[in-house]
Amino acid sequence: MFKKLIRNSRMKSPWLLHFDCGSCNGCDIEVLACLTPVYDVERFGIINVGNPMHADLFLVTGTVNSRNSMVLRNLYEQMPNPKIVVAIGSCGLSGGIFREAYNVVGGVDKIIPVDVYVPGCPAKPEAIIDGVVTGLQKYDRIVN
Amino acid sequence: MSKTIIPFGPQHPVLPEPLHLKLTVEDEVVTEVIPALGFVHRGLEKLSEIRDFHQMVQVVERVCGICSVIHAMCYCHGIEEMMGIEVPPRAKFLRVIWSELHRMQSHLLWLGLFADSFGFEALFMQFWKIREKVMDISESTTGNRVIVSVNVVGGVRRDLNSEQISWILTLLKEIEQEISALKKTLLTDYTVTKRTVGKGVLTKHQAYGIGTVGPVLRGSGVVQDTRTLGYAAFNELNFEPVVESDGDCYARTKVRFRETLQSIDLIRQAMSKIPNGEINVKVKGKPQGEVVSRVEQPRGELLYYIKADGNKNLDRLRIRTPTFANIPAILTMLPGMYLSDVPVIVLSIDPCISCTER
Amino acid sequence: MKEETIPVTKETVIGETAKIKIEGYRFVTMTCVELDENQVDVIYHFDENLQLKHFRLTVSKDTLIPSISVVYQSAFLVENEIQDLFGIHFDNLFIDYRRTLYLGGETIAAPFCKFTVKRTDKSAPAAVQAET
Repeated sequence: MFKKLIRNSRMKSPWLLHFDCGSCNGCDIEVLACLTPVYDVERFGIINVGNPMHADLFLVTGTVNSRNSMVLRNLYEQMPNPKIVVAIGSCGLSGGIFREAYNVVGGVDKIIPVDVYVPGCPAKPEAIIDGVVTGLQKYDRIVN
Repeated sequence: MSKTIIPFGPQHPVLPEPLHLKLTVEDEVVTEVIPALGFVHRGLEKLSEIRDFHQMVQVVERVCGICSVIHAMCYCHGIEEMMGIEVPPRAKFLRVIWSELHRMQSHLLWLGLFADSFGFEALFMQFWKIREKVMDISESTTGNRVIVSVNVVGGVRRDLNSEQISWILTLLKEIEQEISALKKTLLTDYTVTKRTVGKGVLTKHQAYGIGTVGPVLRGSGVVQDTRTLGYAAFNELNFEPVVESDGDCYARTKVRFRETLQSIDLIRQAMSKIPNGEINVKVKGKPQGEVVSRVEQPRGELLYYIKADGNKNLDRLRIRTPTFANIPAILTMLPGMYLSDVPVIVLSIDPCISCTER
Repeated sequence: MKEETIPVTKETVIGETAKIKIEGYRFVTMTCVELDENQVDVIYHFDENLQLKHFRLTVSKDTLIPSISVVYQSAFLVENEIQDLFGIHFDNLFIDYRRTLYLGGETIAAPFCKFTVKRTDKSAPAAVQAET
């Protein structure tokens, strides 16, 4: 019974950690816009937290460069298992328009495993919410 | 009390962006600040070697997702000046309308984030709710919410018809009413004044000497607004730079709040004066020469240095963004302040790190 | 550039900057442009009442350029950036990041220089610091 309680709580209230790793701010602001009254992901029980040790979902926006790849890996490793990574925006997927720039390593999946990819430059809040919900379905399969 | 070094960032709940500060604190008081950058550095100025000068418009828009129109506008002004292209008057007015819409959404975004930085979450939600209306205007007129990509070398890509203009005007009226309703809370509430008045003071002399730009400079009493140069169609519109004299976080908040309302006024003026005609001209030839182009971003003066030698690729593109000029101000504002005031003061310059590092 | 541009040398740059500060100019920024294999242009931008004024300093890449952060303290940030991207050095900086402002240890030495990258192909001795 206790196990079931934990499983339910995890599913009903996933906590979210957002990390901007080299994005142009477009996607970050859209992630923040998801939390505000018009889109309101808090109705799914999602809370934006600042501490990686509290988080279940990891939203990453932007390209990876050599300096922030360390921070990204560090945050990922601090998160408790099970965890879901959602990469947001063209830059997070592949490097986008910046993939040829000299200081860009590439997409988020070069550094950490990614579960859900959300395309768009920048990704719209609807797409981000859809990505988060898809991530939650996968989370459900992992938990059970 | 011995000295302690406290790292602030790069992943910090107050700032969505990775800014890293090394704060030396004595007891609770900050004595020294060293900023560390490089978490967002992409080196996109160098992309001008592989993209041609038309494609670079899309690249410079992605210097910063919040004020993309204004970046593209500054770049296009530079190239147009170099190639001697005269932009049609309707395109100039359209540029003003979109750039002022972007200024509005950027200031509303900042006002919300700033309220969040001292824990006033209700105000944050209110401002972002209003901002969504501005985003709706962007989406319905250009097809995208944030990076709208309307500017091209030689004009603009999209036109506004009279239906859209009247719809925008009704929506602007609603937005103006909603913003004015929040004025009392933002400017007189105890929570706000307690956390902002007298914090992070920059005198007129200091602000000018450090070379700060935009609301930080105008909040310290210096009358300087690059829009008064009259680029695009600003020479045909009536406005006065918004200036406050106190130089603290509260003065900067007031400047940005009044500028939001000023932008609504400017859009109305532009819409009433907009002439009919073409929206872009055909571009022939390749750019050649050296040019410095400046416009006013929400965060301050933006400067592009462009050098071209007659190829389709530019020789050198240098972008000086307003936050780059404002970061040295943190070094003057923070010493002597309490550690708990650091997030508020850092946010009061409206840092945009992806602009700074490009 | 249509604005006034004054050529300066590395000996006179500090003096000219101090003079322009007394005249009431505001420091805007600096730009570094690579001219050819050995030379760079360092352009200083100043502004008074929205009127720009530029200094142009043409030096070879191995010159130690005096830092104007002794006059305008806020210049340290842009000088560090140029140090990072072009591999040229400034003397007497207010805060010297020693080329770690943007770059980590593992990235290329002077990313914004076209010519140094070319030289690695011919494996010239001067190209040691420009390996990718």
